[in-house]
Amino acid sequence: MGNSRQLFANHFFTKADVYFHSGYYPSVFDQAIGGAPHITAAKDAAAETDAEHGREQSEEAGFLGPPRDWIDRFSRNFYPSRHSHLDRPGEAREILPWLRIAADLDPHKVETYTVAAYWLREHLNRVDEAEQLLREGWRANPDSYEILFELGRVFDENRHDSQRARNVWELALGKWRQRSARNGEPDDFVLEQILTRLAQLEEREGHWEKALSYLEKLEAVSPKPEAIQQQINDLKKKVVSAPPANRSGAQQTGKP
Amino acid sequence: MNNALSVASIVIKELYRRKDFYVLFVLTAIITLLMGSLHFFNDDRIVRYLKEICLLLIWISALAIAVGTSARQIPAERENRTIFPLLAKPITRGQLIAGKFLGCWLACGLALIVFYFFFGVISVSREHQWAAASFFQALWLHWWMLGVVVAMTLLGSVVFAAPSSNGTICLLIILSILLLGRHLNKVAVQLAEPMSGVVSAVYFAVPHLELFDVRDLVVHNWDPINWLICVGATLYAAAYAIFFLFATWLVFRRQLVLRWQPGCSPGTRVGRAAALSPIACWAS
Repeated sequence: MGNSRQLFANHFFTKADVYFHSGYYPSVFDQAIGGAPHITAAKDAAAETDAEHGREQSEEAGFLGPPRDWIDRFSRNFYPSRHSHLDRPGEAREILPWLRIAADLDPHKVETYTVAAYWLREHLNRVDEAEQLLREGWRANPDSYEILFELGRVFDENRHDSQRARNVWELALGKWRQRSARNGEPDDFVLEQILTRLAQLEEREGHWEKALSYLEKLEAVSPKPEAIQQQINDLKKKVVSAPPANRSGAQQTGKP
Repeated sequence: MNNALSVASIVIKELYRRKDFYVLFVLTAIITLLMGSLHFFNDDRIVRYLKEICLLLIWISALAIAVGTSARQIPAERENRTIFPLLAKPITRGQLIAGKFLGCWLACGLALIVFYFFFGVISVSREHQWAAASFFQALWLHWWMLGVVVAMTLLGSVVFAAPSSNGTICLLIILSILLLGRHLNKVAVQLAEPMSGVVSAVYFAVPHLELFDVRDLVVHNWDPINWLICVGATLYAAAYAIFFLFATWLVFRRQLVLRWQPGCSPGTRVGRAAALSPIACWAS
């Protein structure tokens, strides 16, 4: 029963992706040839480069390929055969039922919570529901740093509560370290995001030493260490150019 | 034509006298309304999942009605021995088949109108927009698809012994076409000869019923299909329906209509000589 619940949960998670593409989605036969697009690819546009998005678009646009025969050409009029996303305001709500069902069927599939929460708060302005869902996911997956990272974004970006965001992200960092030590295969992508957010938050709050420390850790895992080094240099210049009283005051009060 | 229409009217009356349609409609309505009563994340404007579930139930119900109604037409006439007075009247076997087909197809059309009206009400009440052209195309294509299904099942009813086996075999074939028909050409190119050739032949020979399944376009609010394409699909369905009806007529005109005669024992084998005789024993 457990496995079948997971299978159905995966099916409904994919269903949400199908809805995100308005029904334009490769079948198992197409996926065997060219792979599948994925809802998470569009999850965080901020973390995605133009080249990556362009590649995803062209892969999605091309999975059908040229028509193989007259029946194939004719049949393309009867099902969605153009690449499309739920881009219009509020349209993203249509993916939510399938994500809710997927979460109910398999509460340990972390991706379901993070994806649903992203769409709820970012595109539908339903911050309370997003937080509630993430807390539910956290209860089911207490060791998940992904859910904690997403929860931190709710506090930081939507609630503008830096203190709670910091606490949650620091907890996420701790969970990440525990899991990496246990599994031996570090998930650098999420670590990079946690460190980036923490560095930004500390810089914004005027805790420059802490921001520098996070940036130095980030430099070690980032695929673009030069850009991070540039940020470190800029921040160091900022620290040097700031008046000493202001500098020390910022350290104590948390304000620049 | 009048003879065929008379037979058709009896079949339509049979549909609304039987409980099948009412049960399926009530089930569809109850499940749809129950699913509609769910609220996800306090958002009551989510509608596409509901449209998809409702259309899926409509498709299942329509297939059950079409196959169930057509599979029992000729065997029931035989079993009740009402086929004798029918054929004793000035009605040919071709007219009988045409009448049975018309009756089943029109009955399916009537059922579809009720189902799609319900679907329209549900959709408009949640979405507050009326995609009339898309709804009409979905209904129209669905009805023509059922025409092919009815004709195919009538052919099955003169080939297979019992309505149950005919219904099961027809449903299996129809579901296989709906699920796999579109992908057979992709499968064929990945196979080695001679299997590739066999699969390709099947791909080009079978009626592509999945063409008429425009649920995804309706659910995701895509633009209506070009009307000329719709006409093409209609002609495609008509061609297959005529082909199956012609095959049914060919088989049926060669079949002996058996009836009970005093002196025959049940299970008597009916030989060729008996088949040529106007009266033969009825093999129960």
